[in-house]
Amino acid sequence: MTAPVSIENVSKTFGHFTALDRVSLDIRAGEFIVLLGPSGCGKTTLLSILGGFLSPSSGRVVIGDRDMTFVTPAKRPTTTMFQDYALFPHMRLVDNVGFGLRMRGLGKAERDEKALGFLDLVGLKASAGKRPHELSGGQRQRVALARALAVDLEVLLLDEPLGALDLKLRRQMQDELKAIQKRVGTTFVHVTHDQEEAMAIADRIVVMNQGRIEDFGPPSQIYMRPRSLFSASFMGEVNFVSGRVRTADASSAEVETSLGNLALPAANFTARAPKAGDAITLTIRPEHFRGADKSDGPMFTLGEARVAGSAFFGTHYRCHLQPCATDGDALVAHLPQSADVRDGEIVPLAVRAADVVALPAASGTL
Amino acid sequence: MLRRVFVSGVSWAYLAIVYAFIFLPVAVLVLFSFQDGRLPVPPFNGFSTQWYEAVFVDRKLMAALGNSMLVAICSSVVSCVLGFLAAYSLARYKLPGSALQRGLLIAPMTVSYLIIALGLLALLNALHMPLSLLTVGIGHVVINLPLCFAIIYASMGDHQINIERAARDLGANDFKVMALVTAPMLMPSILAAFFLSVTFSWDEFIIAFLLSRFDVTLPVEIWSMLRSGLNPKTNAIGSLVFLASVALLLILEFSLFGRTKKQ
Repeated sequence: MTAPVSIENVSKTFGHFTALDRVSLDIRAGEFIVLLGPSGCGKTTLLSILGGFLSPSSGRVVIGDRDMTFVTPAKRPTTTMFQDYALFPHMRLVDNVGFGLRMRGLGKAERDEKALGFLDLVGLKASAGKRPHELSGGQRQRVALARALAVDLEVLLLDEPLGALDLKLRRQMQDELKAIQKRVGTTFVHVTHDQEEAMAIADRIVVMNQGRIEDFGPPSQIYMRPRSLFSASFMGEVNFVSGRVRTADASSAEVETSLGNLALPAANFTARAPKAGDAITLTIRPEHFRGADKSDGPMFTLGEARVAGSAFFGTHYRCHLQPCATDGDALVAHLPQSADVRDGEIVPLAVRAADVVALPAASGTL
Repeated sequence: MLRRVFVSGVSWAYLAIVYAFIFLPVAVLVLFSFQDGRLPVPPFNGFSTQWYEAVFVDRKLMAALGNSMLVAICSSVVSCVLGFLAAYSLARYKLPGSALQRGLLIAPMTVSYLIIALGLLALLNALHMPLSLLTVGIGHVVINLPLCFAIIYASMGDHQINIERAARDLGANDFKVMALVTAPMLMPSILAAFFLSVTFSWDEFIIAFLLSRFDVTLPVEIWSMLRSGLNPKTNAIGSLVFLASVALLLILEFSLFGRTKKQ
């Protein structure tokens, strides 16, 4: 089963601290949503409000078409998968998975059969008679998933479920989670602070900061077309270059920066349409710097820069570049593996206009 | 080298003396329960099991043994149930004055058994409640409840909160969470509290003496036997009581502590 979720203007305060500040979010049925943000951004608070463990100070939560704002966790069509798995240590796996069914009054034979089916889904049918302490972290994780899915739920809430696993296992579990979500079709809401994890599994990512939603969209959009400086910097590495809009019309804008002037399509102003005189910050991903000679689209040269340091990362060289035109901040660029990069070398800087996103400057209001 | 041998020799001797000090009285008690003669004092005249036979045919003694078991088990069950409920509510809910309430629950531990017995005696008198095994049991609940509460409360950690939440999330009501999740999770410490409470109740004398009348527990019966003079039969029953306590401790050690170590 699956259901859409609608969060309407939800706020949550703890004393003087505002954990959530008028958050609104519409999640479609069967979507895999990731709430992404640093610790303390309110993502876990939002998840607890969805699960019914906390009540919002104001606002409404609608699941399916029923108002769930003040419904207890047991009566919601949601199940939470906890970060520490919260398996019942004294029960066998089959009883762990069958617990929710037992609470719904199913007979032993029936619930054992269903529980075994869900253990099979996560590949642990053979261990049904074991107890949680006999399992590895990844296996416990799978049992927790099976237990959560075994009850008739519409929305599964996952609270940093992969946080305790080592990197390799985490990547593997991400793929499994995604595959299982596709199979069961349930709406998943997953909390994490790991942007790579978010990109690996999400249909849409919700970037949160200080109790607000900064950005919401598919991973590629969040990465390529961030709608806030926070969102841009949280999703991987980015260079910020400050500038000013000189002229603007409906389709494009002329921008001046310390590195030179660019003409950007109006669509690249993701937060607000350009207006002459606006103070803006350009965001440029390190991999978007190219050699000036290769042109696969309208390019803008940004002068030359001196290589101040570089390191080989396998897929690319990560270089610190000091623009020659200014003595401002150094830029980080990813140059291709094949590039022959030497410290002190002068390289030309160029970017495609389509790759540069212009956002209001940090001091400006969003 | 010599110094090390000396030091380790002294430590071993010290250890031997400590254990001798603790266990010599018990060893002497057990030894003279097998005395072939009328007096449980040296010299040891020879080996005989006559006093054990005498114990087992003594109706009053056997009745007292049964009473002791009944009181120990019933009072311990009540102490554990009440202790668990108190610990659960204090660990999981924000209660007014919870520090004070915890203190009040543990306070009886610091009061002497004699005072508790006298207080209960006065209260029962005022209530016109006749003295019986029930009143002894009530007295034992009073002394064992703080112990059970303290043991169970200490084992309630925050890591179990999420497990209880998960149970609630899967549809369990408060009672089911307690009965199917919390209590089984805490079973090692609940059983530890139970067995400790049983051993305490089993050989408690003052309260049992002051709060009983016709049906008495074993320590009270032994005491009345002692009034008529020393007798190897008292050694025999004492040895049996000791054996029962040791058996309980062994059960505790192997069944519970062994299990928690494994986990």
